[in-house]
Amino acid sequence: MTESSSNKLLNGDACQRSSKDKKSGKNGFVKNHCLFQQPQKYRRLREKNHNVVRNPSLYNKPFVESFEETPLLVAVLTYMGYGILTIFGYLRDFMRHWNIEKCSVAREREAQKDFVPLYQDFENFYTRNLYTRIRDNWNRPLCGVPGSKMDLVEQVSYDYNRTFQNTGKIMRNVINMGSYNYLGFAENVGKCADAAIEVTKKYGAGICGTRCEMGNLDIHEEMEELVARFLGVESALTFGMGFATNSMNIPALTGKGCLILSDELNHASLVLGARLSGSTIRVFKHNNMVSLEKLLRDAIVHGQPRTHRPWKKLLIVVEGIYSMEGSIVRLPEVIALKKRYKAFLYLDEAHSIGALGPNGKGVVDYFGLDPKDVDIMMGTFTKSFGAAGGYIGGSAELIEYLRSHSHSAIYATSMPPPVAQQIITSMTTIMGEDGTTLGADRLRQLSENTTYFRRKLREMGFIIYGNDDSPVVPMMLYMPAKIGAFGREMLQRNIGTVVVGFPATPIIESRARFCVSASHTRETLNTALEAISEVGDLLHLKYSRYQPTVTPGMGWMSEESYLQD
Amino acid sequence: MAFRTPTENLAWLYFQYLLVTGLYVLEPWEKSIFNSVLLSVAAMAGYTSYVFVPVHLRLALRFFSDVFGGQAESAVALVS
Repeated sequence: MTESSSNKLLNGDACQRSSKDKKSGKNGFVKNHCLFQQPQKYRRLREKNHNVVRNPSLYNKPFVESFEETPLLVAVLTYMGYGILTIFGYLRDFMRHWNIEKCSVAREREAQKDFVPLYQDFENFYTRNLYTRIRDNWNRPLCGVPGSKMDLVEQVSYDYNRTFQNTGKIMRNVINMGSYNYLGFAENVGKCADAAIEVTKKYGAGICGTRCEMGNLDIHEEMEELVARFLGVESALTFGMGFATNSMNIPALTGKGCLILSDELNHASLVLGARLSGSTIRVFKHNNMVSLEKLLRDAIVHGQPRTHRPWKKLLIVVEGIYSMEGSIVRLPEVIALKKRYKAFLYLDEAHSIGALGPNGKGVVDYFGLDPKDVDIMMGTFTKSFGAAGGYIGGSAELIEYLRSHSHSAIYATSMPPPVAQQIITSMTTIMGEDGTTLGADRLRQLSENTTYFRRKLREMGFIIYGNDDSPVVPMMLYMPAKIGAFGREMLQRNIGTVVVGFPATPIIESRARFCVSASHTRETLNTALEAISEVGDLLHLKYSRYQPTVTPGMGWMSEESYLQD
Repeated sequence: MAFRTPTENLAWLYFQYLLVTGLYVLEPWEKSIFNSVLLSVAAMAGYTSYVFVPVHLRLALRFFSDVFGGQAESAVALVS
């Protein structure tokens, strides 16, 4: 997905429709009643910064998001690289098929060779022939707390990543640029850890029961009250697993005859939940309000397919920070649309809660909006809070309904007490209710680190995606070999990074994803940045054609003044 | 990047070649297959052009000089 092509496509679409309307004018549309439909023609000059604010009046601060276009040459070379790897993949598959080479991955049994093939689709081919070659970059065992530095178990592979062996050595003090440890609460010392130990002594570690049986502790009730207060909502419900919060609660909320409007880059848990619910799912372009509005209007005008009955519910599902793009949802616009078209809004704050906003209360706080405007506030404790599980916040009615209808609330074992205590302690710290400024310091540190890290990377000439305030920093690598090379070179320089390839991203947009944390000191970040720059030179990663003299902030300003002139 | 020796420079170029073509992730024998195929294709292309390009050039030159060159005397009508 290159953003510009999606834009073009959309514009084309919109134009087509409006011209059709002009001609026929009979399919129920009234033109120019859209909130956000704006003709955007030939903005070649500003292509790079095309994701500028379309409705600046809704925002209380500059909303700068950049998705620099993939350079053409790089795109061509990337496809060529995949082509070469595919050819060799076929060669290896051929050899495995004729038993020239020993096959070390799953394959059909001899007795089942006439059945429908199980391992022939592209995903399997990709895993066998592309992923396996560089899989030393993932699934590494750690042997310590993954704070700002971590200890890795050293592994070697003598057979090109088919098997791994432990060398018995430990790589110490590897700088951790990959954990979602935004506020640095993943730690084994300090207030949170002490409190968790105390609670373990009191309650033990496991519960062995669900919330509606013998698993509802006072600590859970306390936690839910605290979460509701933190979010500024009437009531909240917590779950032991973040993924299940999404995938089990959406089916409880919508069903057949409902329509889910989902962002194309939504997390797998949201996608799974939407599919499980049995509702119709329509996908809008990433963070594209024109696309969303078009879907909403179509849904209202046309209703359900064939019967044309109105949809029972319209549910817009968006995330706060998109974990692969580093972009922040255009929440003010989504809320305006939601209100206008009477849809419900499900906001997944998995990455944004704790990481965004002056008080760390997520994307609602970041935009200075009212949490009551979001119908379902979902989030996880796995990231900023350094714990586990997820929550849903909203009106008291909604929470009561979910408490009795959600699979995750009824059937799942309740959250272990030490985890609950970790959430309580970290949350009170963030809110400043513990009487210290520790939480506020961490929030400030995170935002400073984010700004600094993003600015430095951009100055170095890397292509980085996303919003300037997002602590998720995706850096583009593009070529398949560079995914492996970047991870290995960085680890050689004692820095642990997360590199991301195909199934999680479009095939040509492989990237390295850094997550900035409040626990990173300036020195740590500088060490990491130096190494990134060095590896970037070595691997030729500084693709950006962006002039560092013009900051994106100024770009926004000039856009505004341009409009005023 | 600044390099001290031409060897390092060449090594860096080869590394870039490995990265761009994706050979970096392949096993050595696969690398050598790809390189030998590429080299032999390049060598054949080079040899073919060495053998045939001069001939074609000469033929083309003759053809064009026939078309655009001085006309034969018999084609000129005498006007007096």
